[in-house]
Amino acid sequence: MKILIVDDEKDVETLFRQKFRKEIKTGNLELVFAFSGREALDILEESNPPKVMYMFSDINMPGMSGLELLEEVKARYPELQVSMISAYGDQENHDKAMDSGATGFFTKPIDFESLKKEINNLLQ
Amino acid sequence: MNVEIIVAIILISYLRTSSLTYEVPLRWKKTLKWGLIVSITVWILDVSTLLGDVFGKVLSILLVGAVIYAILRFKELDKGRQLVFAWLPLLLLSLIIEVVEFIFPQFYKRWDDYFLLAIFCAIAWGIAMWINNNRQRKALEREKIKSLAREQEFKATEQMKIMLERQVRERTSALTQQKEELEKTLEELKSTQAQLIHAEKMASLGELTAGIAHEIQNPLNFVNNFSEVSSELLDEMKEELQKGDIEEVKVLVEDIKLNLEKINHHGKRADAIVKGMLMHSRNNSEEKSLTDINALAEEYLRLSYHGLRAKDKSFNASFKLDLHPDLPSINIVPQDIGRVFLNLINNAFYAVNQQAKNLQEKGIQDYTPKVEVATALYSDHGRGNVMITIRDNGIGIPQAIKAKIFQPFFTTKPTGEGTGLGLSLSYDIIKAHGGNLEVGHNDSNDQFNAEIGLEESCRGTVFTITLPYDNI
Repeated sequence: MKILIVDDEKDVETLFRQKFRKEIKTGNLELVFAFSGREALDILEESNPPKVMYMFSDINMPGMSGLELLEEVKARYPELQVSMISAYGDQENHDKAMDSGATGFFTKPIDFESLKKEINNLLQ
Repeated sequence: MNVEIIVAIILISYLRTSSLTYEVPLRWKKTLKWGLIVSITVWILDVSTLLGDVFGKVLSILLVGAVIYAILRFKELDKGRQLVFAWLPLLLLSLIIEVVEFIFPQFYKRWDDYFLLAIFCAIAWGIAMWINNNRQRKALEREKIKSLAREQEFKATEQMKIMLERQVRERTSALTQQKEELEKTLEELKSTQAQLIHAEKMASLGELTAGIAHEIQNPLNFVNNFSEVSSELLDEMKEELQKGDIEEVKVLVEDIKLNLEKINHHGKRADAIVKGMLMHSRNNSEEKSLTDINALAEEYLRLSYHGLRAKDKSFNASFKLDLHPDLPSINIVPQDIGRVFLNLINNAFYAVNQQAKNLQEKGIQDYTPKVEVATALYSDHGRGNVMITIRDNGIGIPQAIKAKIFQPFFTTKPTGEGTGLGLSLSYDIIKAHGGNLEVGHNDSNDQFNAEIGLEESCRGTVFTITLPYDNI
């Protein structure tokens, strides 16, 4: 399963790759990374329908924000599941994300246990 | 002929007439009045020959004698003195003639004509003296009038002087009061200004805090995450060691080493942010130090962006850094220049946010708010300068207020949102560094602007800071 992670912090890639080391190693999980909303859309456009099954996106990014990306992605690929990750765990962002069709809402620092659970549910 | 009584009447009448130079003395008024009545009565009786010849004469002599005595004796009747001398010859002559006539009637008769001539001469003398006296008196009166006028003028001047002095006193006290009030106001203004400057500092600190919180949170998350994951990797490594898979152990060691580097990197990042915050809030540290302008610009751009993001969830803008790679470090007060950056960048973000709102109201889509911070080197008459431009495509600054934006307390933001001191302080800081702060229109004429037909002054703003680096 291919998962796309969008965050402007590049170290997120290292972190995720190590956290899901085992899953990647077994070939169950494939991670792709984008560092801006624009890049994420480019990756999704590579094939139609996209090979990516799940997208995690940071909200607070320069340029296109995570919420804008969410709307855009949901408009183009309604099937794709999207969860948001935000440094600000406020109700406003949460509600907006949910209204726009987000599957989940995670706050930073990311609780990898629940994230893993969510991904494992998908894998099964 | 009874000359004496006539002279007496003339003298008394004369004394009873007031003039500018002579006031009839009060205590003499009654006496003079009765003197005149008596004299006239005597004269009438004498003329009508009711009195005896000798008796009338003696009475007349006594009367005129009394009058002359009074005039010569009392100073207040001094006015008559001239007249006395005018008629004295006539009186004496008349007396002599009477005596001569009485004692030597023969002699008198023989020289009759000569005596008459002498009498006429005496009368002429008297009249001449009288006229002369009158003329002198008139001249005296004129003088008197003049001196009276002068006196009056002097009095008027005195009065005017007193009035003016009073006015001057009043004005002086009013002015003194005004001066004191103004001094008080000035003091109040000074303290208000100090308070406002402090408020501005605190406001920008407040703006910073939100940005700082976010900026610190991110590296701290990484520190936590990487240390956790490292611990997990170590557990895995133990398993691999038990299995004896040395290759896998090697990979894990590399990963852990990388993680420790990451932890160190993000720890340092948080450290630098805290240090920056401390520098910003420090009140009196004004020491210059060699500073990397690129790093400072980047730091404050991020702080500004995240600060505004934290404050206003709907805020968003893209920003771009275009940094000159070989910028020399320059000697500046970093927290001061940092404040300038923060101010200008905050303004830029505010402007693009406003523009986004404006255009959205007009139904115009596809607007991309952009803030760009660029550094460059340029030489001006052999002086090396570092140039920092902060460019936005926001609402722009109307030509009309462009000249005012560096004035203290000038703000276009709604009341309570801006102190109006940001740009004025920025200007002062840059000037204190020997540099220059200029404002201009964003002249980039991109397709978007052309399509929606924005006026030049509404296409955004460019602030240019120049800081010399060779002479500080």
